[in-house]
Amino acid sequence: MFELLGVSPQVLFGQLLLGLINGSFYAVLSLGLAIIFGLLNIINFAHGAQYMMGAFVAWMLLQYAGIGYWWALLIAPVLVGVTGIVIERLFLSRLQNVDHLYGLLLTFGLALIIQGVFRNQYGVSGLPYGIPPELAGGRNLGFMFLPNYRAWVVLAALVACIATWLVIERTRLGAYLRAATENAPLVGAFGINVPLLVTVTYGFGVALAAFAGVLAAPIYAVNPNMGADLIIVVFAVVVIGGMGSILGSIITGFSLGLIEGLTKVFYPEASSTVIFVIMILVLLVKPAGLFGRAA
Amino acid sequence: MTTHDIATSRDGADDTAGTATRSPWHYGVLFVALAGVLLVAPQFLYPVFLMKVLCFGLFAAALNLLLGYGGLLSFGHAAYFGFASYVSAHAAKVWGLTPELAILSGTGAAVVLGAIFGALAIRRQGIYFAMITLALSQLVFFVSLQSPFTGGEDGIQSVPRGQLFGILPLADDRTLYYVVATIFLLGFLLIFRIIHSPFGQVLRAIRDNEPRAISLGYRTTQYKLAVFVLSAGIAGLAGSMKAIVFQLASLTDVHWTMSGEVVLMTLVGGMGTIFGPLIGAAVVVSMQNYLATFGAWVPIIQGVVFVICVMLFREGIIGVLSRWVKRPL
Repeated sequence: MFELLGVSPQVLFGQLLLGLINGSFYAVLSLGLAIIFGLLNIINFAHGAQYMMGAFVAWMLLQYAGIGYWWALLIAPVLVGVTGIVIERLFLSRLQNVDHLYGLLLTFGLALIIQGVFRNQYGVSGLPYGIPPELAGGRNLGFMFLPNYRAWVVLAALVACIATWLVIERTRLGAYLRAATENAPLVGAFGINVPLLVTVTYGFGVALAAFAGVLAAPIYAVNPNMGADLIIVVFAVVVIGGMGSILGSIITGFSLGLIEGLTKVFYPEASSTVIFVIMILVLLVKPAGLFGRAA
Repeated sequence: MTTHDIATSRDGADDTAGTATRSPWHYGVLFVALAGVLLVAPQFLYPVFLMKVLCFGLFAAALNLLLGYGGLLSFGHAAYFGFASYVSAHAAKVWGLTPELAILSGTGAAVVLGAIFGALAIRRQGIYFAMITLALSQLVFFVSLQSPFTGGEDGIQSVPRGQLFGILPLADDRTLYYVVATIFLLGFLLIFRIIHSPFGQVLRAIRDNEPRAISLGYRTTQYKLAVFVLSAGIAGLAGSMKAIVFQLASLTDVHWTMSGEVVLMTLVGGMGTIFGPLIGAAVVVSMQNYLATFGAWVPIIQGVVFVICVMLFREGIIGVLSRWVKRPL
């Protein structure tokens, strides 16, 4: 077997796959953040907590109702999305006319509440959630062993991202959404129910986070804190990519995951900080973000 | 989208801009009253609790200088607070410096860090600014977690309180309290002075309408950087004091939850008010102390307070008071 800079290909590709998986979560989460930001102009700090809720709902469905992974993949995002709609109607819709930083503070408070409640109820040790039997095992690709479930996660995240992109770029609803992002009052003047659009958009962004959470459940232990640190990395991803472009956040998410994986191979000490360092470099070279529009 | 609308959205609880020329005298009275309260407070309350309130009060006042008067929401102020507390603890314990020199080293470290991070963060505005400061503070957290200098999970423990100027031993809580109260008051007066200086006026102009300030010929980025560095430095002063008081520098102080807590203090007390941060710190610290029996419920209660403040109580305690007495406080 050949070796690259003293690293065996199994290790290299293994870490690259892990990076790709992390990148899938970055992409789906930053996509949701970008969609919400586009229309509501707020940064949804509760996004990490909602991702965690997705994983927990999947676990609860299995534990209390015996509903398995495939249904959970559909039901959990819907349920969590509904809680998002409630949050939008109860709180966010009332904050439209004040500074958008209050939206950040509000969702931060909500994140504290959600994480705290789950921590009290289920502790911090993490709950196991099995890989669905259809995706157990893996295949040997010759240069590495590819667990089926991990391949599925990358595929599912890609499909979710591309489907979202298609909806936004190629459907009438997406056209309304893009128009309202540009100029909401004008779209309202054409008789389109903008408040409803805002509510649905927030619910959809939250559902995307929950979808990522269900995907993550069998890989990471289901844990109340699983979203808290992740969301800060996703913020850095969003700063790097800029939130102007849907495709941009997808590409940025996946590639940063890969870079993180590579760092784990060659310089593991820096793997938790590499994305922040890249953020600094991007801020120095291209302050508006790689795909961002200049302010 | 810019950050300037934070002022206009704060309905009523506005700053001194309109009234400063008319009657600033009441601040004199209030500062004398504050000094009096600080003087007698240890007769009634536990000095360590008071010192905690003062450290966080100064920390929140530093954030408020940036947020309330500069319109810049830093969600990563724990970085300067915590990093300074590490440097201060290290200076006192390993280098054997006297407490005042240790505190100065911590403050200096926070100024340097604030200058670097500030220069990066002001390249973006509004929500991005908040995210960048948060991400940068997470970088500091991970570095603190990994580097041998900070002691990782253990932190730097049993930091000696030492002798002030090499002569006055600070082991006694009450003696230390009066030192902390003095530093706090000086820091608070410094912030007051900054806000009411021509620099502070320009800052408010930038907060309220940055394009206009630019058109008037102000180099707004320099002003924003300056207030960021000042704010980080004062936050570092507070963090350095905390390390000496509690004889400990730990990961708690650099974690993002700490950044959230200090924003909460400012919000509860009243953004853009002079005395709000101190009151907010007193409320939040007392809440943590007296609700400690509820243990895990404390973050939830803090979250609820956040939501209530944002939805119903954006002016904060001092903001409401200020409206009642029709004077900026």
